[in-house]
Amino acid sequence: MRKLPLACLSVYSLLLLSSCQTMESATSLATGIVQGAGVISASQADSLRKTAKAVSRSAEEFTPEQEYYIGRTVGAVVLGKYPAYDHRVVNEYVNVIGQILAQASDLPAIFGGYHFLVLDSDEINAFATPSGLIFVTRGLLRCCRNEDALAAVLAHEIGHIQLRHGMQAIEKARVTEALTTIAAEGAKTFGSQEVAALTQTFGGTISDITGALINKGYARSSEYGADQAAVTLLRRVGYDPNGLTEMLAVMTKNLKAGGLDFAKTHPAPQDRIAEIKKQGLAYAAVPAPAPRQKRFLRAFGNI
Amino acid sequence: MIRGGKPVLIAVVVYLVAVFTGFAAPPKTMSVQVREGQLRSTPSFLAEILSKPPYGDRVEIIQDKGPWKKVTSRGVQGWMHISALTTKNIVLRAGAANVQTSATGSEIALAGKGFNEEVEKQYKNLNRNLDYAWVDRMEKFQVSSDQMRAFLKQGTVTPAEGAVR
Repeated sequence: MRKLPLACLSVYSLLLLSSCQTMESATSLATGIVQGAGVISASQADSLRKTAKAVSRSAEEFTPEQEYYIGRTVGAVVLGKYPAYDHRVVNEYVNVIGQILAQASDLPAIFGGYHFLVLDSDEINAFATPSGLIFVTRGLLRCCRNEDALAAVLAHEIGHIQLRHGMQAIEKARVTEALTTIAAEGAKTFGSQEVAALTQTFGGTISDITGALINKGYARSSEYGADQAAVTLLRRVGYDPNGLTEMLAVMTKNLKAGGLDFAKTHPAPQDRIAEIKKQGLAYAAVPAPAPRQKRFLRAFGNI
Repeated sequence: MIRGGKPVLIAVVVYLVAVFTGFAAPPKTMSVQVREGQLRSTPSFLAEILSKPPYGDRVEIIQDKGPWKKVTSRGVQGWMHISALTTKNIVLRAGAANVQTSATGSEIALAGKGFNEEVEKQYKNLNRNLDYAWVDRMEKFQVSSDQMRAFLKQGTVTPAEGAVR
């Protein structure tokens, strides 16, 4: 029995060591790719390999500032595909509710802050960048019959950011490649070759995230995790978590089979409702107090 | 020898557990890791904002309370959420430190290093179909604490007691 803690520690240390080794071998591969593509010279590649061990040791991650730049470009990709819904009243309403939820979340402080925008699309879709930019389509907003349901949509997206699903979509080898390039960058004058190498890695990072966000979707477990985080957050702020169940029930009717939106990237709404029930949320109709419903209809009447 | 070894072994285990699980004494100062921190009057997301300590600023830690830290920032006392702070020392001049320092020093983060404005600019030039104009516009959307409080009150939305963070 007494030996147990020591044994646990040994296993833990072994795990740490093995993950470091994986990281180093992945770096050799990654630098090989960049060098092969002719972006950096052989001597630079060598210096990158030397720093790889150091990077592995420190287990450094992207700084919040770098996540901010990743997120800005992910947002620009989303806005390249979907036009913004330039409607002041609607966007203000969404931003006030979103900001309240974000500030009450477990991750209220994020480098550039949380910002919300409605997209002018009939698709049922929403996107959250790692930097706190959250987009929701008019199609998804039409699934909301009250403010609590809208809060549920936004809380689910904040859940994805809080649980770091976007950053986790970046391939492991890419993370190593990026961190190695970044570590070496400080050594010399910030030249155009370094910027080119970084830009190439940056592009790969963006593709990894948008691939999951727009095309493949996250794992089912990640979606259920975001729903669970949303229920917790709604309760904390004082919204009825059944807003989520009601929104999903409307979504079941509104989703079109074979669509390129939530129909493709998310578990079926019925499955999400079943999963929420399993977490112990008993369904009761959302009461939607009069002043709350009045302002909801004023903002969303013509959505 | 075996008898004498036991206390040492226990001490080593206790030390390792402390190191691995982070039970070590909290650092006395931390850095603001977001562009604009929020120093609040009480540990609550709805509390009044007293000041906005900028990126890289060092703050002195006075007290811990759940995810909140009571700090002194530029002579003002207040509460900051842990997500706004890092134990790392943020160096605001990129490229100032050498590789070895920056690569091995988990204690140091260089501002402006890596994916930055310059990389974004380069990427933007290569990908003309991206829309940064709306990203810039939405980043300007601001909601004040006063607005939030008034909005919750008007809609009779009452944060759960004890759950206010």
